[in-house]
Amino acid sequence: MNFKLINSISVSLLVARWKQTLVAAIGVTFSITMFIALLSFMSGLNDMLDGLIVNRTPHIRLYNEIQASKNQPIDLSEEFKGHYNFIRSLKPKNERAQIHNFPAIMKALDNDDRVLGYAPKIVAQVFYNVGAIDLTGVINGVNVDEEARLFKFKDYVTAGNYIDLKNIPNSIILGKGAAEKMLANLGDVVQVTTSKGERMQLKVVGYFQSGIQEVDKVQSYASISTAQKLLGESNNYITDIQVKLKDITWAPKMAKEYGNLFDIEAVDIQTANSQFETGSSIRTLISYAVGITLLIVAGFGIYNILNMMIYEKMDSIAILKATGFSGNDVNRIFITIALSIGFFGGGMGLLLGFGLSNLIDNIPFNTASLPTIKTFPINYNPKFYLIGAVFSIVTTYLAGYFPSRKASKIDPVVIIRGK
Amino acid sequence: MDKIILQANNISKYFHDPSTIQVLKEITFFLNRGEFTSIIGKSGCGKSTLLYILSTMDTDYTGDLSIDGVSMRDKKEGELARVRNEKIGFVFQFHYLLNEFNVLRNVMLPGLKLGKYSEKEVEERAYQKLKILGIEKEALKIPNQLSGGQKQRVAIARAMVNDPLIIMGDEPTGNLDKKNTEIVFDIFKELSYSTLGYILFSTHN
Ligand SMILES: Nc1ncnc2c1ncn2[C@@H]1O[C@H](COP(=O)(O)OP(=O)(O)O)[C@@H](O)[C@H]1O
Ligand SMILES: [Mg+2]
Repeated sequence: MNFKLINSISVSLLVARWKQTLVAAIGVTFSITMFIALLSFMSGLNDMLDGLIVNRTPHIRLYNEIQASKNQPIDLSEEFKGHYNFIRSLKPKNERAQIHNFPAIMKALDNDDRVLGYAPKIVAQVFYNVGAIDLTGVINGVNVDEEARLFKFKDYVTAGNYIDLKNIPNSIILGKGAAEKMLANLGDVVQVTTSKGERMQLKVVGYFQSGIQEVDKVQSYASISTAQKLLGESNNYITDIQVKLKDITWAPKMAKEYGNLFDIEAVDIQTANSQFETGSSIRTLISYAVGITLLIVAGFGIYNILNMMIYEKMDSIAILKATGFSGNDVNRIFITIALSIGFFGGGMGLLLGFGLSNLIDNIPFNTASLPTIKTFPINYNPKFYLIGAVFSIVTTYLAGYFPSRKASKIDPVVIIRGK
Repeated sequence: MDKIILQANNISKYFHDPSTIQVLKEITFFLNRGEFTSIIGKSGCGKSTLLYILSTMDTDYTGDLSIDGVSMRDKKEGELARVRNEKIGFVFQFHYLLNEFNVLRNVMLPGLKLGKYSEKEVEERAYQKLKILGIEKEALKIPNQLSGGQKQRVAIARAMVNDPLIIMGDEPTGNLDKKNTEIVFDIFKELSYSTLGYILFSTHN
């Protein structure tokens, strides 16, 4: 009963000053709209930039580091046990970067249900021969199907068909930058030299564009068998295993686990690309800061309007109190007013925010370094809408709190005597 | 009907601004049910000040006040609001009607706040009061569409809606012309017979 009465009084006061109320609500609407659009857009950008790395980077990379052995002969000597041994000028022995126990590791990965999939890879240092000049480069020998399934290989092949890499023997997909330097068109044959001096002719079947120019000047792709042929290695030669997990956050822990289990170098994506995570968290922070500033400004707007309303309604408040409404009732009336402004303004803001995000989502956006992106990226995360909703209610409540308290403290005697 | 419904004991009131002056000096009196009483005194003698204290709106006084046998001394703000709502009807010199509501709703508000009757019943009762005061035809108008005398009658209806024990009027005719003054005066007099309410009101002459 009382609740209904308070509501009806609040509504009447609101309706009587609908213009000011509207202005206050529009303030909230505007800030929530901007908050949603800004965060959706920013986080879309973040996802896109992270995607540059995350799409193409394994969650865990297993490989053999060429390094001096940790166990030197002296450690085996009975005579010098318990001594400190200092050995200088250690050199790694002539060992290849090959992963030796490849079949065993594959089997273990197949049986681990935290693993989404894995793709073996060969990294070969080469020179691209352009006339008299040699350009340094890297050819990645990949399993084309798995590479496409797990690492969106297809998206990044901007010219030619990625599957030709598998079907046409001795073929190569050149990095876009490398292709430009070599003036190589699709269908051309290019020559590469390995670090050991072996030469090979490869047919260009596509261009690869990762979005990172420095990478595209160097990296090219070939099938695993082509790479093995190039290096003159047998068909169990593999230098890297790229593992993709079901949850990226498991990577650091599992990398450590695999490192010990397989006695191999295992690097997780977080360690390998820590700078990207920092970048995105700072961008997120900035967008939240701007969004919340907007809301606080809107909060001050509501505060002002309520204060004005209370000033204008002094007589009404006095008579409500004289006829038996308590300070608490008056307080609730004005809090209700503030919350309704927040509720309706915020609700409109959420809708308009969605609309604006949609609009941005449809603005064409083409850039050479981001082949898969056609329009501005937007992340429609419901989290933003939830935060927007909660925040609009909280700010309006706080904005209404002090004016309402002031209203509840109005002394009717002072007002009535003043007449 | 000799029941005491309002008892004032040694009520004193001081104002400290700009200098301390005592406006009310140890006022002691009681009022019975169904009586019509006037407080008479020249302007500035403290009539309004006393009425604000008796109506529980002003709590800054010394002495004791009991209404319907209950002391008001140590009651909290919310409890005093309840007493005003239930037991006291107040008519001011200025009507203080709310222009956001129509006349009927203005009269209903204290009744809705009391919460003793359903909204429908409160409306019915409010309409009855307007009828007693002869302004039921204006029920759906907005207060600022009424004449001064009509507004004051609506204010009286509002004071009556919860059938209070006491109706207090602080120069309720102060803003009215002679004719309207007489009408309002007659209403108050008549009320003291037709209701069991007690009417206390002040006037300047
Ligand atoms: N807030 C106040 N501060 C100081 N003096 C006041 C205040 N309110 C009223 N007074 C003084 O108290 C006296 C009584 O005022 P009031 O009760 O309004 O008189 P009236 O009998 O005309 O209704 C007056 O002399 C007035 O100046
Ligand atoms: Mg007075």
